[in-house]
Amino acid sequence: MAFSIDVSHFGDMFFEEAQELLEQMEGLLLAVNVESPDKEECNAIFRATHSIKGGCAAFEMDDMVEVTHIMETLLDCIRKGETVLTETHVNVFLQAKDLLKRQLQGHREKMPLVAGFESNVISELRDLANQEKNPRSTHTNPAQKIGGGTANKEDDLAVSKTHFFRVEMPKIAEDEFNALLSELGAKRYAESCELPDGSLALHLETDLNAEELIAVCSFLVNPEDIKVTEDVLSQQSCVSGDAVAKELDASPVSENESYGLFDDSVPLESECHAREQEQQAKLSAPIISATGFREVGPLAAPNLTTGRQESVMPTGSDSTSIRVNLDKVDQLINLVGELVITQAMIDQHVDGLDPTVHESLVNSFTTLARNTRDLQEAIMSIRMMPMDFVFSRFPRMTRELAAKLGKQVKLVTQGGATELDKGLIERIIDPLTHLVRNAIDHGLETPSVRVAAGKSEAGVLSLSAAHEGGNIILEVSDDGAGLDRQRILEKARENGLSVSDDMPDEEVWQIIFAPGFSTCTQVTDVSGRGVGMDVVKRNISAMGGSVEIQSCRGQGSTIRISLPLTLAILEGMSIKTGEEIYVLPLAAVIESLKPASDSTRGITGKGKLIRVREEYLPLIPLHQVFGIQARFTDPKDGIVVVLEAEGKKAALLVDSLVGQQQVVVKNIESNYRKISGISGATILGDGNVSLILDIPSLLRMGN
Amino acid sequence: MLANKPFKPNQESSGQDLGMNDEITTLQEFLAFKLGSEEYGVDALKVQEIRGYGHVTQIPNSLPFIKGVVNLRGLILPIVDMRIKLRLGQPTYDHTTVVVILNIHGRLSGIVVDSVSDVLTLIPSQITHAPDCDSVISHEYIIGLGSVGERMLILLDIDKLMVSNEMALMDNNCD
Repeated sequence: MAFSIDVSHFGDMFFEEAQELLEQMEGLLLAVNVESPDKEECNAIFRATHSIKGGCAAFEMDDMVEVTHIMETLLDCIRKGETVLTETHVNVFLQAKDLLKRQLQGHREKMPLVAGFESNVISELRDLANQEKNPRSTHTNPAQKIGGGTANKEDDLAVSKTHFFRVEMPKIAEDEFNALLSELGAKRYAESCELPDGSLALHLETDLNAEELIAVCSFLVNPEDIKVTEDVLSQQSCVSGDAVAKELDASPVSENESYGLFDDSVPLESECHAREQEQQAKLSAPIISATGFREVGPLAAPNLTTGRQESVMPTGSDSTSIRVNLDKVDQLINLVGELVITQAMIDQHVDGLDPTVHESLVNSFTTLARNTRDLQEAIMSIRMMPMDFVFSRFPRMTRELAAKLGKQVKLVTQGGATELDKGLIERIIDPLTHLVRNAIDHGLETPSVRVAAGKSEAGVLSLSAAHEGGNIILEVSDDGAGLDRQRILEKARENGLSVSDDMPDEEVWQIIFAPGFSTCTQVTDVSGRGVGMDVVKRNISAMGGSVEIQSCRGQGSTIRISLPLTLAILEGMSIKTGEEIYVLPLAAVIESLKPASDSTRGITGKGKLIRVREEYLPLIPLHQVFGIQARFTDPKDGIVVVLEAEGKKAALLVDSLVGQQQVVVKNIESNYRKISGISGATILGDGNVSLILDIPSLLRMGN
Repeated sequence: MLANKPFKPNQESSGQDLGMNDEITTLQEFLAFKLGSEEYGVDALKVQEIRGYGHVTQIPNSLPFIKGVVNLRGLILPIVDMRIKLRLGQPTYDHTTVVVILNIHGRLSGIVVDSVSDVLTLIPSQITHAPDCDSVISHEYIIGLGSVGERMLILLDIDKLMVSNEMALMDNNCD
């Protein structure tokens, strides 16, 4: 029972990790330079594939194991330089990644994909793998190498009576050396060479064991100066001059020979450790007895390498981050919010004290206040995620879209490290995806058109993120054709929108956010249906953000999204009606004013309009909408706040303004139900609850 | 069958254990509180804590018995005045007014009552079916009547009541 719970728990971890690895793999595949692939990149792709395979095997997801296994085989050849990486490889790998993603999803939802569905990708992978194998008959199948190589080596050793040794001794005369060699009964002798300290190193294959070897040598040199070690290196590469030369480079090349995976440039702790051990086993520990060395020498080395294969990946990913349930983080945020409120309450008491009498108390309290603030900031930052999380999905999309549309697109991203609340990050993906698709489909021109316009063949699409005040600014810009003012105006007229030719550009561009608006003459599967820009705008407004467009005919357009850093904190304006204090999101407030006594007009008996700066706005008395007792019911006594939401404006009548402050947004629906006209609640400095007004719904209620 | 025989006594004894366990689990603890002159009881396991009545933020356009929302250590929860809901006693609010915080399937809410008396442990025989008579709330929200000496507790099925349409505390049943 307990066991099955454990497994399901690990299962979740596996799914998340596999998901991440797949994304990582995609990123690497897209980044790889096909002409001259970087060795480390190939290794990284291999490692990701390998880790997924390992996890899948543990959870018995055989379909995924099959795919990853073939990928691994191919990748292994590639990273060893035995196969030349081609564009076809990359494409097939990307398809395989998609397949794996679907398979993973299937397993996660306990609805594995129907067999046969994946056959296309698998057969393509197989074809590629076979192409590589056939022309080189001498070459062992890499899969075999990984799987069965170790066992073979061990078998060979058990049968063979010859030993491979590396002997280090002080330099001796040449004729003496030759005599020694014949004495040693060297079957084969690989070059000797001089070590930096002037001593001599030689590799040889002999029937003698270590003890006998030392005994023979001691005729010529002092036995204490002789160092004999089991030579793993020569064993694997079968004594060649190469091996010696390589070994002198001082790094244990044998690893690259057998498992290339562990490149020197990956300084992983476990690897270094293992390497050290191996080096010790191989070089420094002289073999004293012939019976003992079989255990320590040749057998130890393969074990070490296989052991390491599993340990490399976890070390790489776990050392920098831990997985924490989001609920825990939210609870922390809640608690620290409470702490801040309590601290504010104490603050009020401390303010009332005489600072000369209670100097030390006031001082410690100031420190406490600062610590609390720092703590709150630090905790809020846990929820933050880098924009790279979003940006990383675009290279793939751009590549595919560009290929589909016959365009050349160069994607540039900036500010990927800019952090944004996790909740917002997830919600910005869709709008941003839409904007990128639009930019590639409508914005950027085909290469021939671009060349004719004197631009480079490849269009540049740039994505950027940056902080600006309390907001994050996201920009999607292209150097394409830009928006066509005339066509937008024509289309707007056709759709019955009221437009005029002398409208400023900004207003014209806003037309494209109108529902159902599209200037595209042809509906493609990429875009052009006109459902999209309005959704983009709506989604961003719902997040408390805004969208702006800058465009220049022939030079491209930039779409600029401004978002609050987090949904958890709202810049608010607090107002009072009757006994209650409400918070208005500052983003919706245009201005507040005390109306002149003659500025209100009745309309059709019931409703009222108020004149604000040559404009008649519907007047919404908050006390009427909410059915509460207000201090002032006549607009001329109270204050009106001009609000704007969803393109509509209205004036809200309240008793008085209280102030402007940042508030922590709390959910009401977790313990109560949705309240119309209210979007959430917050806790004020005195510990009381204040409701946050939902402006769009309030405006609808007012009508 | 034969192989099973030696285990039979064991099975019997475990059966007895089960019977005893049954009795233990049917012992129920109720928090007794007063509304006007009547005494009510709710499952004590649903009670999270008992607090005084503080500042409550009014909810616009809500039913009269929903007093509003309060801040309970960073959580926002609704407060219902059972005296208004059940039309019992005078809804007065002072420093002796008590709020019982209930935790029902993870959702928190507070009910305002006149006073809390104690926690009573009742065995099934002490709980009798409530007779059909006219009452403010439907019979389906009453488990039964609990009698302890001279006292009679009206045992509320608080689980059912708090998620019911009558209380209008949840989204799916606001109509």
